[in-house]
Amino acid sequence: MVTSEATSVAPHRPVLPAGRAHAWATLGCLALLLLLSLLSVALGTRWIPPDQVFTLLLHPDGSEVAGIVRQMRLPRTLFGLLVGAALAVAGALMQGLTRNPLADPGILGVTAGASVGIVLTTAVFGVVSVHGYVWFGLAGAVVATALVYGLGSAGRGGATPAKLALAGAAVSALLQSLVNAALLVDAAALGDFRFWAVGALTGQPATTLGSILPFFAAGALLAATTAPALNTLALGEDIARGFGQRVHLVRLRGAAAVTLLAGAAVALCGPIAFVGLVVPHVVRAFTGPDHRWILWYSALLGPCLLLAADIAGRLLTRPDELPVGIVVTALGAPFFVALVRRRGLREL
Amino acid sequence: MSPPAQASTVVPGVVVSVPGTRASWLVRVRSVLVCLLLSAAVAGAFALDVAVGELDLPLSDVAAALVTGGDDVTALVVHDLRLPRALVGLLVGAAFGVSGAIFQSLTRNPLASPDVIGVSAGAGTAATAGLLIGAGSGLGLQTVALVGGLGSALLIYLLAWNGGTTGFRIVLVGIGVAALCGSVTTYLLLKAGVYQAQQALMWLTGSLNARGWEHVGPLVVGLAVLAPAVVVLAPWLRGLQLGDAPAQALGYPVQLARIALLAVAAALVSVGTAAAGPVAFVALVSPQIAVRLVGTPGPALVSSGLVGSAVVLFGDVLAREALPGTELPVGVVTGALGAPVLLWLLSRANRSGVGG
Repeated sequence: MVTSEATSVAPHRPVLPAGRAHAWATLGCLALLLLLSLLSVALGTRWIPPDQVFTLLLHPDGSEVAGIVRQMRLPRTLFGLLVGAALAVAGALMQGLTRNPLADPGILGVTAGASVGIVLTTAVFGVVSVHGYVWFGLAGAVVATALVYGLGSAGRGGATPAKLALAGAAVSALLQSLVNAALLVDAAALGDFRFWAVGALTGQPATTLGSILPFFAAGALLAATTAPALNTLALGEDIARGFGQRVHLVRLRGAAAVTLLAGAAVALCGPIAFVGLVVPHVVRAFTGPDHRWILWYSALLGPCLLLAADIAGRLLTRPDELPVGIVVTALGAPFFVALVRRRGLREL
Repeated sequence: MSPPAQASTVVPGVVVSVPGTRASWLVRVRSVLVCLLLSAAVAGAFALDVAVGELDLPLSDVAAALVTGGDDVTALVVHDLRLPRALVGLLVGAAFGVSGAIFQSLTRNPLASPDVIGVSAGAGTAATAGLLIGAGSGLGLQTVALVGGLGSALLIYLLAWNGGTTGFRIVLVGIGVAALCGSVTTYLLLKAGVYQAQQALMWLTGSLNARGWEHVGPLVVGLAVLAPAVVVLAPWLRGLQLGDAPAQALGYPVQLARIALLAVAAALVSVGTAAAGPVAFVALVSPQIAVRLVGTPGPALVSSGLVGSAVVLFGDVLAREALPGTELPVGVVTGALGAPVLLWLLSRANRSGVGG
């Protein structure tokens, strides 16, 4: 099934050179990722030379520098890798599923839903551990996704890009007012919330990684199995149905993947918007419309964007730090505006 | 409440014309009745807002205090505390309602209100920054918020300009600008002290607490300038509602009308936001309620303003009475009540939404 769809979607692809090109491109992306990871561990208020980084990673000597590397910079870099990949893949999936160039977990309200779930559990039930509130984050993300899609696809013309984006913005505004109400009643929660809401890679201790990892893994698996079906769906819902695809099942599976990936990312690092918007567009420019490659390169380049933004945030306002959420939004919002201006916003 | 499109075929009404000129209007009985009823509701909410609070006053005492002065305590409470507060609520609600109606008609989309497409967000960012650098809480803060709201509206318009604009592009660019402003606001809240952050959050939710005559003054001046502009521009709004091409064909100056209406609507919402903060969802929900009550397919500016006032005033009464001992900001109540209304409206009527 996978191979037959691939040939039907990209008939002009010469087999060998394209395979080689993808191998080179993947290698290039991995090299970039490695470089940025290394820089992310090495750069900061205190510069740690790369050779020392390697030594300390392999043989921690208990010094202060070793502590910085292992306790602070390494977890931060790992968070960046995971969250960046999760958000970019979630964005690529959403763009494919809704055939909407403006889809992004942030713009379509998924991260806002996860935020509400998390803030309400923190403020109302006093759950403060990530293991506890990640479930509520996922629940919130599910509700928001259903709401936005239901609202956006109601009425004549179905789910057009503009209607979905607007439904996402309205639902986000609504959820934001819920968050504000909860925070106004509970001043202590506001203290914690501020640091999380801005979107930063430094909010959680490294130990939380283990308990969140299964969510990312499940989401990635679902995303990988949905990718071939997205190519058929791209031909249009009717045609996909004509090929015997069960469209609703594909949508459901894709939505589950998006919820898992985006919800877990929000629980770990707060609501970070625009990674899921920008990366798939950049990727699509060099891969073309095959969703299997789009998802693959999104997973590789998403972390690159997030790590680069995080490093920039550390360097721009030294010795203070700009949270990564701000840097990414400062890059992503103009990108969004440019996207709106340039195209007639045809469906993907 | 029937969907607006169904009621438009035959409407009972009276044609009023000015003798000797060619000017004439169709006055619809239902519109007039609805406006009268809404005015009564606004008056009731206003009286309630003045009467209810820590010290509950009988309406007769309120009336006496207004007319003759009454005893000292009542006079103080009514004149210095409650009356300006209720007036701010009344005017802000009207400004939000009318502004929302203009935005929604202009973009032909029920979701495109200033709180969604970035004008309120710009005012919020500016006000948070103002609170942080110590612009105070009175006129200084109002000016800053006004500048922020108008600035973001201008930015949205310029970014949406690409040899002309469409309502649809304004909406999408607005969403981008709103995201940017929201992110900056969050960052500013992070940089602030806990007390400042709480103050800013209170303002961002929209509140009538501690509003005095110094807030009423600028509001009255602002609305006195903007209300005539709305009256003058209303016919253009009705033209633009037909869609760009039909409006052009009928001789409406489409681009000019759009920028003028946008400027007036943004100014309205900025003036209101400067006084009370971006009270959640008033601008979004009021026009939708109004249009269903009146039953016309076109914009219902007057009734939108009245619904806005009623919503803010009733919301304020509820906010003060909900939890004894604490005064919740009115935005919490309008947010909580507005959300289900919004969802219900949208689930029924996204039919006028413009596609991409």
